[in-house]
Amino acid sequence: MAAVQQTVDTVKTLDVDAYKYGFTTEIESEKAPKGLNEEIVRFISARKKEPEWLTQWRLDAFKRWRTMEEPRWARVDYPKIDYQDLYYYSAPKGTEGPRTLADVDPELLRTYEKLGIPLSEQEILAGVQERRVAVDAVFDSVSVVTTFKEELGKAGVIFCPISEAVQSHPELVRKYLGSVVPVTDNYFATLNSAVFSDGSFVYVPPGVRCPMELSTYFRINEQNTGQFERTLIIADAGSYVSYLEGCTAPKRDENQLHAAVVELVALDDAEIKYSTVQNWYPGDSEGRGGIYNFVTKRGDCRGARSKISWTQVETGSAITWKYPSCILRGESSRGEFYSIAISNGRQQVDSGTKMLHLGKNTSSRIISKGISAGRSQNTYRGQVFAHRKAENARNFTNCDSLLIGDQCGAHTVPYIEAKNSSALFEHEATTSKISDDQLFYCMQRGLEPEEATALIVNGFVRDVLQQLPMEFAVEAQKLIAISLEGSVG
Amino acid sequence: MLEIKDLHVNVHGKEILKGLNLKVPPGEVHAIMGPNGAGKSTTSYTLAGRAGYEVTKGEIDFFGEDVTALAPEERAARGIFLAFQYPLEIPGVSTMNFLKTAMNSQAKLRGERELNAAEFLRAVRSAAKELNISEDMLKRPLNVGFSGGEKKRNETLQMALLKPKLAILDEMDSGLDIDALKLVAEGVNKLRAPDRSFLVITHYQRLLDYIVPDVIHILAGGKIVLSGDKSLALQLEQNGYDAVIAKAA
Repeated sequence: MAAVQQTVDTVKTLDVDAYKYGFTTEIESEKAPKGLNEEIVRFISARKKEPEWLTQWRLDAFKRWRTMEEPRWARVDYPKIDYQDLYYYSAPKGTEGPRTLADVDPELLRTYEKLGIPLSEQEILAGVQERRVAVDAVFDSVSVVTTFKEELGKAGVIFCPISEAVQSHPELVRKYLGSVVPVTDNYFATLNSAVFSDGSFVYVPPGVRCPMELSTYFRINEQNTGQFERTLIIADAGSYVSYLEGCTAPKRDENQLHAAVVELVALDDAEIKYSTVQNWYPGDSEGRGGIYNFVTKRGDCRGARSKISWTQVETGSAITWKYPSCILRGESSRGEFYSIAISNGRQQVDSGTKMLHLGKNTSSRIISKGISAGRSQNTYRGQVFAHRKAENARNFTNCDSLLIGDQCGAHTVPYIEAKNSSALFEHEATTSKISDDQLFYCMQRGLEPEEATALIVNGFVRDVLQQLPMEFAVEAQKLIAISLEGSVG
Repeated sequence: MLEIKDLHVNVHGKEILKGLNLKVPPGEVHAIMGPNGAGKSTTSYTLAGRAGYEVTKGEIDFFGEDVTALAPEERAARGIFLAFQYPLEIPGVSTMNFLKTAMNSQAKLRGERELNAAEFLRAVRSAAKELNISEDMLKRPLNVGFSGGEKKRNETLQMALLKPKLAILDEMDSGLDIDALKLVAEGVNKLRAPDRSFLVITHYQRLLDYIVPDVIHILAGGKIVLSGDKSLALQLEQNGYDAVIAKAA
């Protein structure tokens, strides 16, 4: 098990409390003034040279947001956020205009290199890698570069920053933006609609199988800056796309807000596979600092026999509030949710999914693995719903929780509602603890305690890891071991 | 090679071993027999270094080195192997993965080169064949859903691959029918070597028909009360522990 070995080697090179992505990049940036008002919303929209309809869309969202209240139903606890004390726009200087690798500040390229994200196409091509990955790199509020655009273009695939898509493909953006997560959806989504800065846009034309993995790499760098990215992926009839997002942020003592919105649309017979490896800074072992990750992700299986699959590996953030969901509208459409959520230190996770069965013969599958260590709290919250007209809706849910140590908590909160008597919903849940017996058994065979824990945990999450694209599975495995650093003994 | 001197061990604050003395020279097979509660399992766990087994007095010497304070993995790397009475299940981790991780961990702790994939596969396949372990079993999660016989064969496979200097077999025969027992014992016998010793811990004489010991010790009340050759096992079988222990005292 080379990966475990590697994992353990990595773990050993780190100190307790070490977050290896915690460095900051010294780079000049342009910011909007602190605080949030109509002027700021207009400022962001003007920066991006947006058409009038989008400015108005943002302003409507902002107006709505002012009447809303922050949701408090999740099992997380944090002090009140002062929304006027944040920056809503920050861009590294010189990122306007056409963006190719040659135009990118070398300091930024070095940042991504340090993070292990190759942005140079030559470098990727020179490697022996069989599978290539196109990357959209988002730094604070803007996308700095998107790779392999040309090659994707040949296949007809559009992969670009959403701010660019607004200019180059306004009809697509206008048609689909907000069509899955409406402007009024929830407090954080509405805030995002008002101030979203950048994110990725993907359109895969009918019948096209996207020739490579697409990925977006999000990096928060600036202090006191909220990140509000917006991702929109449309898979037209009969197409297929696999997309991965990764996230990191520097170590800072104060909390940073990340409120993203991701919308997926799958038309007839289309399939979208969306994977996330979320590794925002989780705060230190005493709970100082870290990202508030308040994210709305939703996929709409709009077409018949369409399929959307969410896979997430969540190891970071001080607080996670996130429920990647599927609206199963199209007949015989299918939704999947595979999740590994790891919490350590003082992290709080409230995450899960919603599977809303609206069409006939729709099916869904939920596999959730929660691992709590340290003094963290880890909640799975999931809704499975069948509409009155959703004949033969099928769901299978399996939620397993693993506890490491005796000061953490695991909670499972399922909401199951079937309004059609032909629905068949299954729910399984288990909670277990890594036993001293298991650890001792591994140690007797020569494994050190952290190696043993990593091995057992990797076994526990195997079903989900298998869903990730190969390269990312290895990365995720490493991440898991690092996240559990210091949880044993 | 193994020398236990006046070993006193507390478990949950209660003294279980009360002055255990034992010497096992290289290449010999020693059996420890004893009634329930004599301290048999405590002996094996203490030798392996399990947390919660607190040595209050005495020491364990292994090749002249005092290993009493060493962590379990450090003892494993020095060649102490414990075949568990109840091998643990590790869901999602294949037997193959587990074996490789264990072998590499030990190699690393000893500062040796790790096996490459081809060498590892060759070693596993040949050892598995000897023990009648199928490829399929190697791919299944470690011990999950294994029968009693499969679990014990798997322990023997691990022993064969890790090549310990001292193998402690804790109640190796529990949960085995006679055919499975024969198979496991055969596997163990094949591993007998001039530089490898065995400590066979068992309640019943039956196992010793198949793994024939050089010396038998009777453990009672936390210490060895009687040692002798293999005929001692027959005496126990005929007269029972009480009579033999009473006679020894």
